[in-house]
Amino acid sequence: MSYVAAASLGLYACHTCGLVSRPPGAEQHVCCPRCGTALHPRKRDSIARTWALMIAAYILLIPANVLPIMETGSLFGSQRDTILSGVIYLWSSGSWPLALLVFFASIVVPLAKLAALTYLVLTIQRHHAHRARERTRLYRLLKFVGRWSMLDIYVVTLLAALVQLQSLATIKAAPGAIAFGAVVVLTMFASMTFDPRLIWDHAKENHDQDS
Amino acid sequence: MTTLAPLIACHDCDLLQREVTPPAGGVATCPRCGAVHYRNTVNSRERSLALAMTAAILFVIANLYPIAGIESQGNRHASTLFGAVHTLWHDGSSLIAVLVFITTMLVPALELALLIWLLAATRPAPWGLRLVLAMQPWRMVEVFMLGLLVSIVKLSHLATIEPGIALWSFALLMPLFAALSSNFNARDLWLTMPHREST
Repeated sequence: MSYVAAASLGLYACHTCGLVSRPPGAEQHVCCPRCGTALHPRKRDSIARTWALMIAAYILLIPANVLPIMETGSLFGSQRDTILSGVIYLWSSGSWPLALLVFFASIVVPLAKLAALTYLVLTIQRHHAHRARERTRLYRLLKFVGRWSMLDIYVVTLLAALVQLQSLATIKAAPGAIAFGAVVVLTMFASMTFDPRLIWDHAKENHDQDS
Repeated sequence: MTTLAPLIACHDCDLLQREVTPPAGGVATCPRCGAVHYRNTVNSRERSLALAMTAAILFVIANLYPIAGIESQGNRHASTLFGAVHTLWHDGSSLIAVLVFITTMLVPALELALLIWLLAATRPAPWGLRLVLAMQPWRMVEVFMLGLLVSIVKLSHLATIEPGIALWSFALLMPLFAALSSNFNARDLWLTMPHREST
């Protein structure tokens, strides 16, 4: 059994509603006849856009991890917390399951997500033919886990809102939080602009029997 | 423009295939890459509508009442979700305030309103469903709930925490949104919408 991609027959599959249609001619701007989304055989400039978003995210990853994300002011002076010191605080106060959760969501996931997406883009640019199925699975996984990195942003928000005990203590968000939020948003956009169908355009499995 | 309705293409690998409807409760997946195409949930539309309406009521409660209060040496302070966004905005973190507002208030509210309208309407509008699908990755109520848990654990070492009504509402919203995503089928709605056969 050989597999045929819709695009190889000149058919457009809508990104939004999935309807397969044949464009009337060599027109530049075609819209889905059902939902009205602009149709393209592959997401437009997928590789270039994904790279741009990833590079921005890589750069912002540095201030996000180095700068403090939270500032605690109290009678005894002020304390600045980075993402890592927040994890260490949770760990040393005995809440190790939550420390692990925050460590994964805020440190491992953003880095692993960027690394995985970089790997996917590079294999497409080098026309890799192998492991297309595994690479697609990796893409689905990173699309799913990306949003969980927002966790620390919410923690800072809630702490800042609740700890407003006039003279005793106040908590404010610090610049690192903006950088961190930007990393999460940029990596989410990067995984949206990435087109997994590009993985299959050069895949060996095109002519294999399904395993 | 010609449409090839019984044919579908996989959204992850673009494999052209004949559309199959799995048995009730079953899942249609792509034979090549394994992507889930369609989950044939029984009474998907009615169930989704019921879940969306329940979630909407809880969402209103979650936003009207304080999430938690804190008490330390005679000082008391409680905050709602919007109060939290407001505090961030006035402390000079407007970008984060906007991000939190969009992901925990604006997107869930719009999504629930649009879903109820689409599921109840006799002729659902394509733009509404397009908007719902585009917004979905940005609805982060589940992530917010975990953040809430982490902040309460952090604060419990410093002060006495009084959980508010909104806290329990968010805790209930988490499984509700999960049930909603597994019951709602965009395809069922797409199939009710007409095609323009020629441009």
